[in-house]
Amino acid sequence: MNMDFFILMKSELILTVIIFILLILKIGEGIRDNAVLMHIANGLLLLNFIAGFFMNREGALFSGMFVTNDVLSLEKNILNFGTLLVSLQAFDWLKNHKHLLEFYLLLLSTLLGMFFMISSQNFLMFYLGLELSAIPLAALVNFDLERPRSSEAAFKMIISSAFASAISLFGISLLYGTTGTLDFAYMADYLHGSELQLFAFIMVFAGFAFKLSAVPFHLWTADVYEGAPAPITAYLSVISKAAMVFVLITVLGGLFRDLEGMWYNVLYLSIIVTIVVGNLFAIRQQNIKRFLAFSSITQVGYILLGLSAGNETGFSSAIYFLIVYLFSNLAAFGVVTLVSAATGKEGIDDYKGFYSTNPMLALVMALALFSLAGIPPTAGFFGKMFLVTAGAGKGNYLLIAIAALNMVVSLYYYLRVVKAMFVDKSESPIAKLEGSLMSGLSLAICMAGIIVTGFVSGLFEYIVSLFIKV
Amino acid sequence: MDMILHILIHVPLVTALVLLLLRDPRQVRLAALLGSALQLVISLVLLWGYRAERKAGNTAQMLFESMHEWYPSLGINYHVGVDGIAVAMILLTAIVVLCGILFSWNVQQQPKEFFFLIVFLSAGAYGFFISLDLFLMFFFLELAVIPKYLLIAIWGSGKKVYSANKLALMLMGGSALVLVGLLGMYYSAGNTFDLMKIAEAGIPPGLQSLLFPMIFIGFGVFTAMFPFHTWAPDGHSSAPTAASMFLAGISMKLGGYGCLRVATYLMPEAAQQYSWLIIVLASIAILYGAFATMMQKDLKYINAYSSVSHCGFVLLGIGMLTTTAVAGAIMQMVSHGLMTALFFAAIGMIYERTHTRQVGELGGLLKTLPFISVVIFIAGLCSLGLPGLSGFVAEMTVFVGSWQNPGAFHRTATIIGCASIVVTAVYILRALGASVMGPIRNEGYLRLQDAAWNEKLASAILILAILAIGFAPFWLTDLVMPDSQLIMNKIIGGVSP
Repeated sequence: MNMDFFILMKSELILTVIIFILLILKIGEGIRDNAVLMHIANGLLLLNFIAGFFMNREGALFSGMFVTNDVLSLEKNILNFGTLLVSLQAFDWLKNHKHLLEFYLLLLSTLLGMFFMISSQNFLMFYLGLELSAIPLAALVNFDLERPRSSEAAFKMIISSAFASAISLFGISLLYGTTGTLDFAYMADYLHGSELQLFAFIMVFAGFAFKLSAVPFHLWTADVYEGAPAPITAYLSVISKAAMVFVLITVLGGLFRDLEGMWYNVLYLSIIVTIVVGNLFAIRQQNIKRFLAFSSITQVGYILLGLSAGNETGFSSAIYFLIVYLFSNLAAFGVVTLVSAATGKEGIDDYKGFYSTNPMLALVMALALFSLAGIPPTAGFFGKMFLVTAGAGKGNYLLIAIAALNMVVSLYYYLRVVKAMFVDKSESPIAKLEGSLMSGLSLAICMAGIIVTGFVSGLFEYIVSLFIKV
Repeated sequence: MDMILHILIHVPLVTALVLLLLRDPRQVRLAALLGSALQLVISLVLLWGYRAERKAGNTAQMLFESMHEWYPSLGINYHVGVDGIAVAMILLTAIVVLCGILFSWNVQQQPKEFFFLIVFLSAGAYGFFISLDLFLMFFFLELAVIPKYLLIAIWGSGKKVYSANKLALMLMGGSALVLVGLLGMYYSAGNTFDLMKIAEAGIPPGLQSLLFPMIFIGFGVFTAMFPFHTWAPDGHSSAPTAASMFLAGISMKLGGYGCLRVATYLMPEAAQQYSWLIIVLASIAILYGAFATMMQKDLKYINAYSSVSHCGFVLLGIGMLTTTAVAGAIMQMVSHGLMTALFFAAIGMIYERTHTRQVGELGGLLKTLPFISVVIFIAGLCSLGLPGLSGFVAEMTVFVGSWQNPGAFHRTATIIGCASIVVTAVYILRALGASVMGPIRNEGYLRLQDAAWNEKLASAILILAILAIGFAPFWLTDLVMPDSQLIMNKIIGGVSP
């Protein structure tokens, strides 16, 4: 063991140290002020985020089980940054919560699991990370212990998550059976696209699709999103999805690279049903969290469309879109969190007349929704355009036409919320909200991200250059 | 002069930002007025500079070109430049936006948001006309959709939410089709969105016949091509005055410009292949729009349906594929933009005072509102193609150009187009006769105030522009004819009929 170990695993090690620091604080009970504890946790997360930019090296550990490179470091940084934003947004919700530190311990454990999952080059390591990221999440969903809906959601989540893992494991065992190894590097040599391997791939992909909530494995999403506390919903819809997409990038671009003709068809079907079904269900929703759940299902369809290109452009545009999506979705959930923490209202109709009482928050929400809908000049437009551009590289115009026309459908339901906020009048609109500085800060960061990331091409070009380097 | 296009696109954006910072409604409208007046001055300078360059013998296809890399790995550039057609469109936009702001001078409800959206919309239109990169063009095309939705849904009248939704969704549907077509061209031309490079590379005819309908229909939705016109009447009639002016005056022209610049210019073989279909659809739009207008009782619906008919002439000109007809189509875009803006403005002025737009309830307005009545009459006469006004010049050019095509099919379409003018005369004269002339139907109308300074000024600007084209069409013809020739040369292969 030499310095390599510390440098290559620095994100994971720092995160572990943070978890231990928080654990010691918990045991010591030295600090009882929730606000101070949260500032400490946020500060530590920020440190890890900053550290993620330095000393990034390429390399492998544990006989190739764990690898890291510039792309993977960037992916971890994105997750870390998103977690920081979620933590800032949770401030109002948690400042009087008596289990504050448990929240951070669980949250950071899932993040650590995701880090390992992304870096894994071996199915054992991958499964370890997957479970580490999944089980604490169910506990987080049930974090408001007194709410029966949360318990129901957590139960749904843990069952479906275990089911998904089991399916994935079955697929992995079949892959092991046909190749005799769990190591990605060796396994790739033995993948020739036999029928059993196709079946195995579909099983593994189905497990992924559960976590991504791609149709037809989306059924848990809306209930869990509705039942979970709003910041946890935000975390589920952004961070945990992003981690899974990053794994898909590794798997599709590395392990299954030679089987592209095979997995393209699986993705093709998955994209169409995910986009269409997500859209159709989103139209009818009355609860804003369920609404955002179905809209995020549709967004996954577009991400898969980018991935289906199977080249650097596709993968870079998927990562770029995830950054944009992180800003947009967290901005939308930030507003939802504020409203639901202050008033408990979660219906779309409750947002009627929102602009007259809370103009700034309504603008934030509108910009976030426009970004999700892919309307210029928000970054969402660029994100969607790049995904669709990458996806069109295969020359499958039917798929592109379906995706493009579904943007129109999605515009309809995003406009519904915009209309409720700006056009409709209400006799009892949501009163003027006083958010904390922390949630204001997170919304401001998201707004800056939505406005700037599109016009400034540096970010996208940076991601592309990383891919070319790797 | 090289910076002028950058200035052109940045002035409205800066104006919009300034509006956000101001608080007092009076300052807001003043800032909007100054910004749009400045924009008109810049457009006139652009016109002057363009003519000077051409006189000096600059024969480059696009002038004032400039290019910056934006997303190099995807082949997306900030590439702008103008030819005569774009200059004409920019001038039209500047005039209509300035007049729209003048006509909305007294908007009471949320003036800051209102002027912000109008100025923001205009940025989309300017950007669209100067883009030489298809990605950039698409960006500006979509930029101009959502502000329209908000303008109609918040400040509109009647079934405003329905109309706003219909408009936004149909236009987005159109742009989705355009997007698919653009991506097809992008990959065919070797990963570039650059208009000039795609034109140079050429697109294989087989792919053209797949992509051309998508792009043409996509832009056709914007220009209210039959059978995708249904958003136009509802949208126009529900929108507030300035938004109606913008929608009919400029937004529909985005579609016409796109049909010409992107679909026809980049895919010449397919343009020839499908020209019969364009002519059939345009002829239907012309006739259908004219007859549908006959049945309308609401002044705004009258102008909205007649816009469908008039925009049919634009598509007819493009479909005829002769230099004169295409030049006529462009002139019709400019002429219709000015005329319809004036018409909607006059209707807005009447509605503001009488609170009705029903022809049957108005009457005798000439006695109480002489200025406004004269304005609406001029707009109406321009619409029916009275010589001396811009409508006559533009429509005549389209007909002359169409007639240059031999063959019964093209001539029949031309005759149908000419015949529709009779119908136009019937509905315009009938509607104006009933609402402006005749006895006063409502005693309350005697106490109405005629146009205020801002309305007089804006009407004067629009009428002046209409007369300028009507009496001296040469400056406009000189501007658009060489570029129409250029586009046609590409289609017919250097031989002009």
